[in-house]
Amino acid sequence: MSTARTEILARLKAASPSSVRPSTPALIPKRGQAEGQARTDMFVEEAVYGLAEVVRLQRWSEVVDKVTQVMADAGTDKLKAAPHPKLQDLDWSGVEIAYGRGQDDDLVGLSVAYGAVAETGTLVMRSGADAPATLNFLPDVHVVVLQVSDIAANYEAVWACLLKEHNQLPRTVNWITGPSRTADIEQTMLLGAHGPRKLVIVLIDEKA
Amino acid sequence: MSFFSQDNPLCHDFLNGAKKALDDDRLQAQLARSLKDGFQKKRLKGMSRLPEYEDLRDQAKAIKAHTLENLDTYLEQFEAQVIAAGGQVHWARDDAEACKIIIDICQSVNAKTVTKGKSMIAEEIGLNAQLVANGIEPVETDLGEYIIQLRKEPPSHIIAPAFHISKEQVADTFHEHHLKQIQGRDLTEPTTLVHEAREELRQKFINADVGITGANVLVAETGTGLIVTNEGNGDLTQSLPPVHIAVSSIEKVVPTLDDADTILRLLARTATGQEMSVYTTFFTGAKRDTDLDGPSQFHMVLLDNRRSELLGGPLHDVLSCIRCGACINHCPIYAKVSGHAYGWVYPGPIGSILTPHFVGVDEAHLLPNACTMCGRCEEVCPVRIPLPKLLRIWRGRAFDAGHPGGVQRFGLKLWAWFAKRPALYHTVVRPAVGVLRRLGKARPFDLPAPQGGTFMDRYKKGER
Repeated sequence: MSTARTEILARLKAASPSSVRPSTPALIPKRGQAEGQARTDMFVEEAVYGLAEVVRLQRWSEVVDKVTQVMADAGTDKLKAAPHPKLQDLDWSGVEIAYGRGQDDDLVGLSVAYGAVAETGTLVMRSGADAPATLNFLPDVHVVVLQVSDIAANYEAVWACLLKEHNQLPRTVNWITGPSRTADIEQTMLLGAHGPRKLVIVLIDEKA
Repeated sequence: MSFFSQDNPLCHDFLNGAKKALDDDRLQAQLARSLKDGFQKKRLKGMSRLPEYEDLRDQAKAIKAHTLENLDTYLEQFEAQVIAAGGQVHWARDDAEACKIIIDICQSVNAKTVTKGKSMIAEEIGLNAQLVANGIEPVETDLGEYIIQLRKEPPSHIIAPAFHISKEQVADTFHEHHLKQIQGRDLTEPTTLVHEAREELRQKFINADVGITGANVLVAETGTGLIVTNEGNGDLTQSLPPVHIAVSSIEKVVPTLDDADTILRLLARTATGQEMSVYTTFFTGAKRDTDLDGPSQFHMVLLDNRRSELLGGPLHDVLSCIRCGACINHCPIYAKVSGHAYGWVYPGPIGSILTPHFVGVDEAHLLPNACTMCGRCEEVCPVRIPLPKLLRIWRGRAFDAGHPGGVQRFGLKLWAWFAKRPALYHTVVRPAVGVLRRLGKARPFDLPAPQGGTFMDRYKKGER
């Protein structure tokens, strides 16, 4: 045990009385409590407010066409995708697709969201074998597939899910609300600072 | 131009710094535009979108109060969880210890360059200077920090470090430093500047040996730290290099993830009016075996730097601060003198409370006095810190330490002597009002003339 640790903790112990926490539940704003269709609408509204582009599709199989279109807009025929089983199951014939972590020259990246929070239109990504965190930041355009059934009303609900599924939180959990931006030059907001210039959320009704 | 540095505060020179800022027309125009029409309006808009905003402030205040009462317990829990997640925890009593820990880690992996996410704690401990002194190149990746690093300036705002710099100045700086770019290229548009910085920094992100970030919040129950960014820079900083070092002060811990949610519901909204920062990245320990990316080493540096001395004392409440910058954005003094005048790392009202603690009251006694006691800082503080009350405590301490001295002190004592003798006071004040009125008429802009007689005379006449 380091002396610094012992000293700091001893000082804190001496200075703070220690108390039992009153059990007040977290205050979840009303708009973080939406159910059903209202929850989906809330998510879309807030994601768009955060400058994300939201596309609604019925089925997983339609993802390929949408992604191909985004790639054409970005002027590339290469796609970097997360090695997620749902993406690997799709028919990518005709697309130059590579699976793996994000790299410097990725123009279009494709990921699957762990979940989302309707309250602020926020995507929740967790790192893992099927979800490299670097893919959330390195591509110019980031396409994220999200199932409507995975949208939670609030942050608390997503944490509850994550903690239920994992003994320990994954190394990285990224909340993403819109594309990268900066206002560091004269407080003018500009997109595409270091992360993706464009965030496309593909919302799927079908539950795979 | 000379600037303060972490080990060379210029707080004693506040009046000169203030004058320099007041004489700078460009800076004055920029401050007026960026604060009133920028930060202040954005916050109001953000608040108006969330009816529960005021209740959330009470809740955040309660979370902080409870955590501070049990800081040792939650830090121990946090430490145990970080270790369980494959991370290492280092405790630093002061700035020198923190820098040494970080440099030792960098040297253990033969680091040549480190990328850095924006961290006020790194500024507080003067990390960059120490890294350079040890042959390690620090690369700031937040656009604002990057700009001021190139210009060799300290930050002038805690969330917008290049707040004081115009786009023309940024263009000049980029022309001077980005030598691989085409000479004489057009950098008049801010978009071009952002793209150029992105291009210049991309390779540095990828080549860095170590990534260093701060942490906005630490979560005890899971051993998680979190950072908020809009650019994605701090996030790349901690996911690309093989080693991630996070440095944070001890009071940033909260008990649970749900508590962090409450803080996050307030942080961006109060700072920039955003619903949520674009990227909120939670990091827990090191990369897992099956992960495709992430750092194989994670080090958490917990810094005290005499914060434990504040705990339970008269300035205790300042430890609740979540560093949103709202008090700075709403301070009428900051709006005129900008950040550098304060002469150390933390400017504005929060800085005028923290700085005297870190650099001493003899150096920084002017700061708590550079305040109109208008109370706006307390009004906008998301965790309801009574900033004017804390500033007043420093004023008292400054006076006890002999500040101000000389004529001012004599004047105050003289006034106090008269004030304690009402009859004499009124006899002297009555003619003085007449003199002031005449002076005021002669120089109406420097000295507003008293209206009518003394307060007591008018009170007696029944004027109310």
